[in-house]
Amino acid sequence: MSPAVHLAATGHGFLSPTGVEIAFLLVGIATFGAAIVTVTTKQLVHAALWLVVALGGLAVEYLLLTAEFIAWVQVLIYVGSVVVLLLFGLMLTKAPIGRSPDADSGNRPAALAVAVAAAGVLVWVVVDAFRTTWIELDKGVQGSTAVSGESLFRHWVLPFEALSVLLLAALVGAIVLSRKSGHDSGPGVGHESGPRAGHGKEMR
Amino acid sequence: MNDVLDVALRLLALLLAFLVLPLVVGQTEHKVMAHMQGRLGPMYAGGFHGWAQLVADGVKFAQKEDVVPAGADRRIFQLAPAVALLPYLLVLVAIPIGPAEGAVGQVVDAGIFFVLAVMGVGVLGSLMAGWASANKFSLLGGLRTAAQLMAYELPMLLTAASVAMAAGTVSLPGILDAFEWWWVPWQIVGGVVFFTAGLAELQRPPFDAPIADSEIIFGAYTEYTGLRFALFLLAEYAGIVVLCGLTTILFLGGWHGPSADGLGWLWTLLKTAVLAFIVIWLRVSYPRLREDQLQRFAWTCLIPLSLAQIALTGVVKVVIS
Repeated sequence: MSPAVHLAATGHGFLSPTGVEIAFLLVGIATFGAAIVTVTTKQLVHAALWLVVALGGLAVEYLLLTAEFIAWVQVLIYVGSVVVLLLFGLMLTKAPIGRSPDADSGNRPAALAVAVAAAGVLVWVVVDAFRTTWIELDKGVQGSTAVSGESLFRHWVLPFEALSVLLLAALVGAIVLSRKSGHDSGPGVGHESGPRAGHGKEMR
Repeated sequence: MNDVLDVALRLLALLLAFLVLPLVVGQTEHKVMAHMQGRLGPMYAGGFHGWAQLVADGVKFAQKEDVVPAGADRRIFQLAPAVALLPYLLVLVAIPIGPAEGAVGQVVDAGIFFVLAVMGVGVLGSLMAGWASANKFSLLGGLRTAAQLMAYELPMLLTAASVAMAAGTVSLPGILDAFEWWWVPWQIVGGVVFFTAGLAELQRPPFDAPIADSEIIFGAYTEYTGLRFALFLLAEYAGIVVLCGLTTILFLGGWHGPSADGLGWLWTLLKTAVLAFIVIWLRVSYPRLREDQLQRFAWTCLIPLSLAQIALTGVVKVVIS
């Protein structure tokens, strides 16, 4: 941890918020709203686009905490790649314009319970871990690339490597799965008949 | 007050560059293409060699009716051109043009990441347009755009990472400060890969299968008319400016050159202009790649090359340190 992040929040109250704190709160509310719309909207592609807003809002929160590097990586990975992948999948399945009532699942209560439980655990852990930690935003940049890189590769190298091995395993698994399903139709040739004819388009 | 004035002046200069440079590239494209094909190009508008052709085009676009198809998703359809164009305006903020302290809109600490992240957002505009148009050609174009982006984003990132490794920083002015002339041969493979992948991300020929006008009728832009279509075109030209500027800064030394202190900005512009000329040249001289060729080229050629470049950068870096 960098020196300006110190314990014992003496002299810091919640009663006289600074401009950054107010902005943080407002962006947070907007992000939360976008996230709610993402899971409640009836239109599939709209949900993906609201997800862009929510993830972008998170990036702005990182920026406000001066963690510039994390913010741009957030945009690069999530908005630039994950959402594009999501939209690609939605378009492949011909997401209709307008409402798609058939996309509603009967597992709603279970999903809600899991979501609330996950949120509860996360909030509890984060609040418990950082209870009295205070970041001095005025004393220069706290989350610059140099600082992030140093703490990542000095203090957190083991989790970082473990995560990369996990991702590698997922990658290998994905390749194995896709090879197996492509086996019966011959390598490199998509189905050209039946209801899945549209899926072969991008392979030609 | 002085700070406010400074910021305002910078933003004004950026806006001016954003409005002028893409048009210059567009007009150059008209003329260069014409001469490469043995014709004159637009000669009438504005008098001297048709210099005002693009202004006339703009007036024409502004006069056209703004049509939204009945079956389209109205709001997303209308929002898409802005999403496609604005990221390129934002990217210009971080591009340093000269060696001086004030020759960059805003020094961004993680400049490379900022630039690549924001450029990636621009592609969302094409995807939104492709889906919201309620047109099968648009949807095909959107699909191809997404597939192309996913294939070509990776080599672009890897080669940019190679430059960042060489310089030991991810800030664009920092990379230029660390630049030495022998970086050009050292990073040349990465430079070519970056430029090629960038062309594919902009969907410029020969990587224009997503908008291929002769098979899927401009893909995601099929249903657009008037000003919104013009915004997409402007986004393409702004993208050329940004890509060439970035390649200049990362791989060709940006403002470095003889008497760089005074003429640094000129060197940046000159190198960018040469690269823009190459972009136009490629459009005239190469046939369009088929969609499977596009994918194969990215995954079996560009990505191994960029990985090799990173390995080379690492080895040289360890040897000289």
